[in-house]
Amino acid sequence: MKAPKSWILEHVDVPEGTSTDELTARLTLTGLKLEAVESAGADISGPLVVGRVLTKEPEPQKNGKTINWCTVDVGDANGTGEPQGIVCGAHNFEPGDLVVVVLPGGVLPGGFEISARKTYGHVSAGMICSARELGLGEDHDGIIVLPADAGEPGQDVRGILGLDEEVIELEVNPDRAYALSIRGIAREVAVSVPGATGFRDPALRDTPLADDQGHPVRLEDTTGCPVFVARTVSGFDSAAPTPDFIAQRITAAGMRPISLAVDVTNYVMLETGRPIHGYDADKVQGAIVVRRASEGEQLTTLDGTRRTLTAEDLVVCDDSGPIGLGGVMGGESTEISGSTTRVLVESAHWDAVSMFRTGRRHKITSEAGKRNERGVDPTICEAAADRVVELLTTYGGASAEPGVTVVGEAPAMPTVTMALDLPANVSGLPIDPDTTVGHLEAVGCTVRVDGDTLTATPPPWRPDVTDPYDLVEEVVRLVGYDTIPSVLPAAPGGRGLTRAQQLRRRIGRTLAGAGWVEVVDFPFVGETDLDALGLEADDPRRTVLRLSNPLSSEAPAMTTTLLPALLRTAGRNVGLGASSVAVFETATVTLPRSSEAAPILPVDRRPTDAELDALVKALPDQPLHLGLVAAGEADPAGWWGPGRPVEWSDAVDAVRSVADALGLELDVRPAALAPWHPGRCAELRLGDALVGHAGELHPRVCTTFGLPARSVAAEVDLDVLIQHAVHLRPAPTFSTFPAAKEDVALVVEESVEAAAVEAALREGAGDLLESIRLFDVYRSEQLGEGRKSLAFALRFRAPDRTLTDEDTTAAREAAVALAAERTGAVQRA
Amino acid sequence: MSGPNSEYDPVEVTPLQAEHVAAARDEAIAAIAAAADLEALKQVRIAHTGDRSPLALANREIGALPPQARKEAGQRIGQARGAVNQALAARQEVLEAEHEERMLVEETVDVTLPTDRRRRGGRHPITLQSELIADIFVAMGWEIAEGPVVEAEWLNFDALNLGPDHPARTMQDTFWTEPADRHVVLRTQTSPVQARTMLTRTPPIYVACPGRVFRTDEYDATHSPMFHQVEGLVVDEGITMAHLKGSLDHLASQLFGDGIDTRFRPSYFPFTEPSAEVDVRCFVCRGVDAESCRTCRGEGWIEWGGCGVVNPRVLVACGVDPERYSGFAFGMGIDRSFMFRHNLEDLRPLFEGDVRFSAAFGTEI
Repeated sequence: MKAPKSWILEHVDVPEGTSTDELTARLTLTGLKLEAVESAGADISGPLVVGRVLTKEPEPQKNGKTINWCTVDVGDANGTGEPQGIVCGAHNFEPGDLVVVVLPGGVLPGGFEISARKTYGHVSAGMICSARELGLGEDHDGIIVLPADAGEPGQDVRGILGLDEEVIELEVNPDRAYALSIRGIAREVAVSVPGATGFRDPALRDTPLADDQGHPVRLEDTTGCPVFVARTVSGFDSAAPTPDFIAQRITAAGMRPISLAVDVTNYVMLETGRPIHGYDADKVQGAIVVRRASEGEQLTTLDGTRRTLTAEDLVVCDDSGPIGLGGVMGGESTEISGSTTRVLVESAHWDAVSMFRTGRRHKITSEAGKRNERGVDPTICEAAADRVVELLTTYGGASAEPGVTVVGEAPAMPTVTMALDLPANVSGLPIDPDTTVGHLEAVGCTVRVDGDTLTATPPPWRPDVTDPYDLVEEVVRLVGYDTIPSVLPAAPGGRGLTRAQQLRRRIGRTLAGAGWVEVVDFPFVGETDLDALGLEADDPRRTVLRLSNPLSSEAPAMTTTLLPALLRTAGRNVGLGASSVAVFETATVTLPRSSEAAPILPVDRRPTDAELDALVKALPDQPLHLGLVAAGEADPAGWWGPGRPVEWSDAVDAVRSVADALGLELDVRPAALAPWHPGRCAELRLGDALVGHAGELHPRVCTTFGLPARSVAAEVDLDVLIQHAVHLRPAPTFSTFPAAKEDVALVVEESVEAAAVEAALREGAGDLLESIRLFDVYRSEQLGEGRKSLAFALRFRAPDRTLTDEDTTAAREAAVALAAERTGAVQRA
Repeated sequence: MSGPNSEYDPVEVTPLQAEHVAAARDEAIAAIAAAADLEALKQVRIAHTGDRSPLALANREIGALPPQARKEAGQRIGQARGAVNQALAARQEVLEAEHEERMLVEETVDVTLPTDRRRRGGRHPITLQSELIADIFVAMGWEIAEGPVVEAEWLNFDALNLGPDHPARTMQDTFWTEPADRHVVLRTQTSPVQARTMLTRTPPIYVACPGRVFRTDEYDATHSPMFHQVEGLVVDEGITMAHLKGSLDHLASQLFGDGIDTRFRPSYFPFTEPSAEVDVRCFVCRGVDAESCRTCRGEGWIEWGGCGVVNPRVLVACGVDPERYSGFAFGMGIDRSFMFRHNLEDLRPLFEGDVRFSAAFGTEI
């Protein structure tokens, strides 16, 4: 809300010398946060004075335009007292008029510097200004002609134009709609600025008594519209100009002056907070009826939009049907125009929830709607209407018609009861009962105290005050949030991080320690991303949860895989010239599993466990995934020798090292799954549980994402890993007897997996085997096509004795025999 | 001097004569002294102490002497061999020392050569910032609670006193999932975690909830459709706004430095009443000469988050007895805290995955 300071101070007195800073600091501390203080003339500098036009000689020009060569009396403002010669392109003035003159040396908004310059054959020493040139509005049809009594030539014109006005912009929270008015802000000044007195309520005025002579109004829905006041003025001059103070103030408040009738309703809305609508009374046919619209009913609103209404919308109707969307926007058919002579003034109270829904449904945001949907004082309909009538008669030449229609009545405010010591108990401040009562009364409550209990009736402009804690806030904010002491609460002994939280940190550190860089990306995905991975049509990762209102149609769903974003990120880094990229992300993915709705449960009690269960079950599965992508060099080349390019095993090993950090050993099996190379993809399992996949990316995927060939990736379910993580590891014991080492080289078919050979050796070697390690894979012509030799180093040790050659040989032979049986391995000579 | 001596009187064995022994000894010692390096010394050792050296050969002759002469000859030879061995050992030590010294000089490398044979990794600064914040709460005895990002509408709004027609719902631009009548949203705040905590546990509750949240904000230097928030919730007997202030002051001082505290301004949030905006004292200028401070832009305070006393309506919906318990809640942006803590003006580097950005923070912040 932007409020001219002078307008606020018309309705409340602050101690002499209270600066704008002090005023706004207090308002900020009590809940109306200062956004900015602006002044309309802040970007105008130099001499800007009243001038009296002495002569005006029209001079037609070759280009078809006519300019006026004028002499203007600017008093002593030019230093000489001589008339100032100025060329002016406008024609809407006559000699003798008072105008606004900016003299050489002045600067207008936009950094427009004024100097004496030669133009149209004259030296023009300054400029006669229009409203737009001064930043006072859009009016550029002519220059500003000041009222005859505006001031003396040479006098500074800023005060006259309101250019010295400070405009205070305050942030108004949605619960405090009353502060969307000068009335509300002045009231806040009165209660929050020390020494402020004399609040003068602009809505407190004597209004004529209701009678049955006014325009007939019938309310069919008194919940939606409990009060409707109608007044009519006739003889209105629609060409009458808006007085400067109204135009200036509504401009300062951020609204645009349009016409007197519209400007007056806006002015009264800003002043009282009560939105008003004006109809061309001659276009209203018959009695006004307020009702809910019929489904599908049509209405063309003031903005020229033809709207189809629903049964929830409140409409104002006449004999022709709907003529306005009640409280939100008027209709085109009864709009005030240049030919309007009778104005019907509507000042009605509307149900806030209906306003909110209608505004949202029809996507209408307006100053009136903003107030109506937050809640307006229902008791000031008559006063606001009367104020509009007053201004229309004063400035529009109109006269009030005698009838006064008042239908319905303002709903009573519900009372709120609280324990008298609640403010103290909630705030931790020693707030005594007198302070509580005093502050509640200051904000307008009617207060009654019975023993330990306080009952307050909030004022009608505070529909937000419904609960005891609302009363507490009113008391505490006036006592001052800055007085609340700082006391650290003593929590009971905590359990620290959960095991899962600790393990997640461990995983991140493990990967960072191994040279991987963590990134964070948005979880949105699109069809093209999934296509780019090369997913099959029936891949479960294509079953995504779609968003109704995605930011981008390219990525309209929640992702099921971290890889698209990681691949893009890796590609971007490669594009930026990184020769080595290894990125990882840990984030949840979204796997839809249910088509059930998540019920909207009651809020006046705890939902039952069954209700909560239904709620949680309706949500998608959201496992925590780890994704990683590496490209380029695994180890860089350097003075030490050549580097090593990334290869499939880097991805598998990254996941294995994560598992190792959790005390787990993964089973690795070949698999074929997009986006991996079908011959270089490993499936990682923990027994029956699938953990994920790792390996080299499919060459097409590398190309699509701008990655070098042989880039690698992995994606695993961390929840599975964390569930299986070994918690208590038994301490190992080691034999101190000497170890015996044996190497064996086994020739197998190419298709035999190394892990299978190793497993057979391990099992066959028995308990004496301490460790086994594959140290070479060898292929040669001698071995023959399609065969490979796997060389293993076996280490044997007994817990209780030194092994003999016979022991070791027997164990080795048993190992080789089992490997031969299981995998067809033949020991190399 | 080879072979057993049979032609001479054994008493007259020349090699055992004193002058011969002394000559052999002196010759050996001179050769030792002349050995320039360990290799030369090794040759000298072979020549003068080896099996075929004069002193060794002389020693072998002792047996040929009459018994009464053996003792003297033995002593003579023994002393001579002792002197030679001593000289050898001494020279060995000197030469080894020289050798080592020379080797160390020769083996000098340029230690300024690059040593980065392995990639350096790093964790994302927002992860690190979240962990740092979590640690502060854990140190206070609080626990860290978590919940899903795709959340039930009821938990994100209704349970938090944001009914379907609450004006505050328009303050938060929510991502809805299809179809909208399934009432599933991307959480706009981490508050549903608070609701889940109250629904599943009994007070006393002291939890902090860091996590990702979503709003339909177009992505620019100061807005992101996804960002990170941390919220705190305490529900216990006798909890007041003073406890709220104390907790936030503690968090501020731990995160931004000793003496950094907070200030409250009245505000509005549906889930708290009374509600306040929290400003944190500028940790750069501390409010002194704030005019020229780039961090707080002359305010002396930085807008940090929102807080308040848990609205009893929220307690009721979450199954907590408001007559017995009261609580407070607060929330602030982790990204935003990171941005002003680390002087980052544009948030986009946080989400664009340039490895140079994350790597710059290593594994701790």
